[in-house]
Amino acid sequence: MNRDKASLGCAESDRGGTPHPQPPLRGDPVRDAGEVFRLACPTISLHNRPVLHDIALAVRPGELVAVCGPNGAGKSTLLRALAGLLPGTPPRDPRRVAYLPQGARCAWGLTVAQVAALGRIPHRDSAQAPVTHALQRCGILALRDRRVDRISGGEARRAMLARVFATEPDLFLLDEPTADLDPAAAQAIMDLMRDTAKAGCAVVIVQHAIDLAIRCADRMIVLQSGRIAADLPAREALPAAAAAFGLPFGLDPEPRLLPRDDRLVPP
Amino acid sequence: MTGRASDAECPPLPLNPLPLKGRRSILPGLAGVLAVLLLVSLLVGDGIVALPDRLILLQIRLPRTLLAALVGGGLGLSGAVLQGALRNPLADPGLLGITGTAGLGAAMVFYWGLAARFAPALPLGGLAGAAVGAGCLLAFAGRAPSGPSLILAGVAVSALSASLLALALSLAPNPFALAEITFWLLGGLTDRSLAHVALAAPPILLGVAILLRLGPGLDALSLGEETAASLGVPVGRTLRLAAAGTALAAGAGAAVAGGIGFVGLVVPHLLRPLLGERPSALLPASLLAGAILLLTADLLVRLAPLVLPLSQPLPLGVLTALLGAPFVVAIARKAPLP
Repeated sequence: MNRDKASLGCAESDRGGTPHPQPPLRGDPVRDAGEVFRLACPTISLHNRPVLHDIALAVRPGELVAVCGPNGAGKSTLLRALAGLLPGTPPRDPRRVAYLPQGARCAWGLTVAQVAALGRIPHRDSAQAPVTHALQRCGILALRDRRVDRISGGEARRAMLARVFATEPDLFLLDEPTADLDPAAAQAIMDLMRDTAKAGCAVVIVQHAIDLAIRCADRMIVLQSGRIAADLPAREALPAAAAAFGLPFGLDPEPRLLPRDDRLVPP
Repeated sequence: MTGRASDAECPPLPLNPLPLKGRRSILPGLAGVLAVLLLVSLLVGDGIVALPDRLILLQIRLPRTLLAALVGGGLGLSGAVLQGALRNPLADPGLLGITGTAGLGAAMVFYWGLAARFAPALPLGGLAGAAVGAGCLLAFAGRAPSGPSLILAGVAVSALSASLLALALSLAPNPFALAEITFWLLGGLTDRSLAHVALAAPPILLGVAILLRLGPGLDALSLGEETAASLGVPVGRTLRLAAAGTALAAGAGAAVAGGIGFVGLVVPHLLRPLLGERPSALLPASLLAGAILLLTADLLVRLAPLVLPLSQPLPLGVLTALLGAPFVVAIARKAPLP
């Protein structure tokens, strides 16, 4: 239940030998020294109603995990359970695990910098450098003194994300961070999280846009009716995800937008 | 972790220096205004401006001045904390029903004629009422520790105490008691003694001490209860402390000064344009500004006979309501409610 050191579980997967989809960076001390976040719960209940069953998963440092599934499958509940916010789930150190709920917004007209600075609350400090760094990474440094309720929706979403970055966590839990963003903005956020994972953090994103998830994630967890229906490398997960949604899949002959970085296009 | 920034490699950019510089001078400015008003309040009597003799100063003006500052400060701070904790710009100590139960407690004392036999019975009754109201709220907050449910519980307690108060009024033993209850409910600071100050000051100061410590928790709560919990803030505990601190700071005030409304509601809104909207930044300033507002209102009450032909002094609670109600309408029109 509790966190183990990487030496116990990082080298091999405990989910039936799922291989790491990307070759680990050899000799990268960050990736090897990180910590595996585990969750193993027979049932997870919300308001006394069981929502998730037989959950056992581990998130490794350097890994970008996408969680997909139909509405009501339990994706957000899984993320909350990983964050340790539900009764019966292992509590997490708020300095190491940061959680961005779905549709996060600020009740007051704080400035962008003040919102990002809220990410320092777990550390009980008012360090400026991590906040500035977070604003920089999220590309909103120029907006730092603007009120978060007077900027565009995409910019406000970045401000919420900057709050998560300011905590400098080891595990990022993001619930639909790209919902109702335009395609370029959504791609930019996914690219940012890709780079964050490459730097050695563990990232779990609930993502409805399956194509985006397949392009950007290392691994995909498909949830269906509260159970993990598939836990595969993202590039192999399309059939399982399509089955969960009950949709046909295949190569799309229609013209569509492509990401700028064509390396990320699936083969 | 790579990408972790240190202060050395990433110097902070200047954060819009002019407003910040202005903000820093606001707290000392408010403290200065408060000090001046405290002095003025000692010099101004009902319709007269003069240095009074020692007896009047100690027995009448000093208690009145101290109570106005204490009660106003407690109400202002309570309002700022409640608005932050409940993420509702219209939250106010009255909203949680604590003012209502304090009034009910005081009315019970009148009803049984205890006030005539034992002078401090009235504020004690008010305090007991505030404690009962806060107890109901806390019992509820312990079970469902979320902001909206706390508001609903407060509205229910408010309605219950209002109806019990109406019952007490309709069953009042004699017209004299009825008039006394009504006058007390209007709120005021006239004819309060140093005994009232001694009774009200400890709970108000304790409540203020509790509320002033809630700043970081309130900041985190501005992102919602779930995010606050993920930031390691004990959300249920923060809400319970907010309710308990309000009961002490605002309830004890209501117990000695009656129903003075709108101070807690208005003060944070006056300060937000000056200090920004971060809840923790508003707390100390709301304490000072609440005291300033109620002292000013009480001075207006005392000076009103110089301008208006009034046979009776204007009740303080009536004045704050007359000034506050249009203000609330303005807030409601301006701010889209969450």
